[in-house]
Amino acid sequence: MDDFLIRALAAGIGLALLAGPLGCLVVWRRMAYFGDTLAHSALLGVALGFLLGLDLNIGIMLVCVAIALALTLLQEQRRLASDTLLGIVSHSTLSIGLIALAAMQSVRVDLLAYLFGDILAVTPADLMAIWGGGVVVLAALALLWRRLLAITVDEDLARVEGVPVRWVRLGFTLLIAATIALAMKIVGILLVTSLLIIPAATARRFSRSPEVMAGLAALLGAASVIGGLAASLYGDVPTGPAIVASAAGLFLLSHIVPAAGRQG
Amino acid sequence: MSAPPILLETDGLIVRRGSRTVLDRVSLTVRAGEIVTLIGPNGAGKTTLVKAALGLVRPDGGGVRRAPDLSIGYMPQRLAVDPTLPLTVRRFLALWVKADAARMQSALEEVGAAHTIDRAIQTLSGGETQRVLLARALLRDPDLLVLDEPVQAVDVHGQIELFGLIADIRARRGCGVLLVSHDLHLVMARTDTVICLNRHVCCQGKPEDVSRHPEYMALFGRHAEALAVYHHLHDHAHADDGCVVPVGQEHTPHEVHGDCGHDHGGAGHSHHHHHTHSSSAGGGHSHG
Repeated sequence: MDDFLIRALAAGIGLALLAGPLGCLVVWRRMAYFGDTLAHSALLGVALGFLLGLDLNIGIMLVCVAIALALTLLQEQRRLASDTLLGIVSHSTLSIGLIALAAMQSVRVDLLAYLFGDILAVTPADLMAIWGGGVVVLAALALLWRRLLAITVDEDLARVEGVPVRWVRLGFTLLIAATIALAMKIVGILLVTSLLIIPAATARRFSRSPEVMAGLAALLGAASVIGGLAASLYGDVPTGPAIVASAAGLFLLSHIVPAAGRQG
Repeated sequence: MSAPPILLETDGLIVRRGSRTVLDRVSLTVRAGEIVTLIGPNGAGKTTLVKAALGLVRPDGGGVRRAPDLSIGYMPQRLAVDPTLPLTVRRFLALWVKADAARMQSALEEVGAAHTIDRAIQTLSGGETQRVLLARALLRDPDLLVLDEPVQAVDVHGQIELFGLIADIRARRGCGVLLVSHDLHLVMARTDTVICLNRHVCCQGKPEDVSRHPEYMALFGRHAEALAVYHHLHDHAHADDGCVVPVGQEHTPHEVHGDCGHDHGGAGHSHHHHHTHSSSAGGGHSHG
C-alpha cells in the first residue's frame, strides 16, 4: 500500500475515534445544527489564518470559539428561535468566508479541498496534529464526561448539585471547535457534522449505556472511513463524500439488522 | 417550646424579568421537619421563587439564607432526556452520587420504584419518573427537600400516594420540605404551612386558615372551596372516597363529584344539588 494511503487511513481512523464519543454528545444534546454552524464558520477561520499568517488549525479554532460564544449569548436573549439564529449565522459565515478567500489575491486556495476534504493529501504533520490533538481532546472529554452527561440530563439539577454548567458547556464547545479544525482536512467543512452524528445515530440502537454508544460510534466511524477509502480507491469516487456515504450506508443497514437486546 | 432550626429563608426577595416584577418582596421560612407548600396560579412566580431559593436565579433585591452545610435534595418539575441517550435508572442515579447498588436499591424501595432500576429512564410513566427523581433527591441525604410540582403528569390516585409518600419521608427523616403545587385540594392536608403566592405573598399560615382567607378565595374561586372538603375527608380518613361528604359542608370539586354519581346513587342526589349550586356560583377556574 502506498504511503499516502496509509496516512489517509491513519488520519481518518484517528478522527473517527475522536468524533464518535463527541458526536454522541452532540446527538444527545440536540446540537447537530449547532455543530454544522460552527463547521461552516470554519472557512472564515481559514481566511483569518491566511490573513494573519497563522496556522490554519489555530485560525479555525479561534473563529469557531468566537462564533460559539456569540451564539450562546444570542441564544440566551431569545429574540429569535434557535434554529433561525443558527441558519443565519451558518450561511452568512460560510458566505463571508468564501468572499474573503476569493478576495485574497495573494493566496491560491483549493476551495474544494476545504469544502469536501482532501484525505489523500494528508501530510505527516497533519497526521501528527490529528493523533496528538485527538488524544488531548479525548482526554479532556473523559475528564468532563460525567458532568457533560449530568447537564445533558438536566441543567438545573446539575447546577443545584454544584456542576459549573457554563464552564462545562464552554469546555464542550471548545472540544467541538478543535474537532472541526482537525476534521476539515479529512471530510471538509460541509461534511464534518456527518462524521459526528451519523455513527452516533447508528450506534444508538445497539447501546444500553452512554459509554457503549460512544465506543460503538467510534468503531462505526472507523469502519466508514475504511469503507470510504476503499470505495474511493477501487471506484474512483471523491473520498470525503465516499466516507460520509458509507457511514450513511451503515446507518441504513443497522435498521435492517435486529437490535441487540431490548430497545431502550 | 423552641422552634426547630431554620433551614432556608428568603427575606424580601425581589426578582425582575425586564420591566416585569416576577417576585415582589417575598419572604418565606422553612424549618427542619416542616412542610411548606407554595401555591398560586400559573405565572405566579412559584418556580422562580424556588429557583431563587436554590441559587439558580439571581435576585434583584432581598436575600436568601441557607443554613450552613445545608444538603438540598432538589426534584425538578420534569425530566426531558433525549431518547437517543441510553440511560437506565441505575445509571441516572449514579450520575449524581457515589452510591453502591444496595443504597440505590433501598432509596428506590423507599419511594416504591425498585422495579424500575434497569429500565431506560425515557420509558418510565409520569409517576415512576417522579418517584425516581425523589429517590435521587433522597440519595443526597437531604436536610431539605425542594419539590417543584412533584405530581405533574400523575393521575389523582397516584397524586394522593405521592403526597403520602412525601409526608412519610418527612416523618421518617425529619427533613424540611418546600413543595410547589397548584393542585390545591390534594396537597394541603399534609402541609404545615401554606404560602399563597401571586408574585407577592397573598397570605400564609396553616392550611385551614389560608383556605378561609379572602385573598385566597379571590385567587382560586370555586377551587378554594374544594379544599375544606378534602380537609374534612382527611381528618376522617376517607381520603380514597371523595364522596362521603355530609350535606351542609362545602362543595365538592367537580372531578370528585363526577365519580359520586356513578358509585353512590343515594349520596349522589344531594351532591347533584350542590354541584349545580356551585357551578352557578362558579368562580374563576384558575386550575391550569
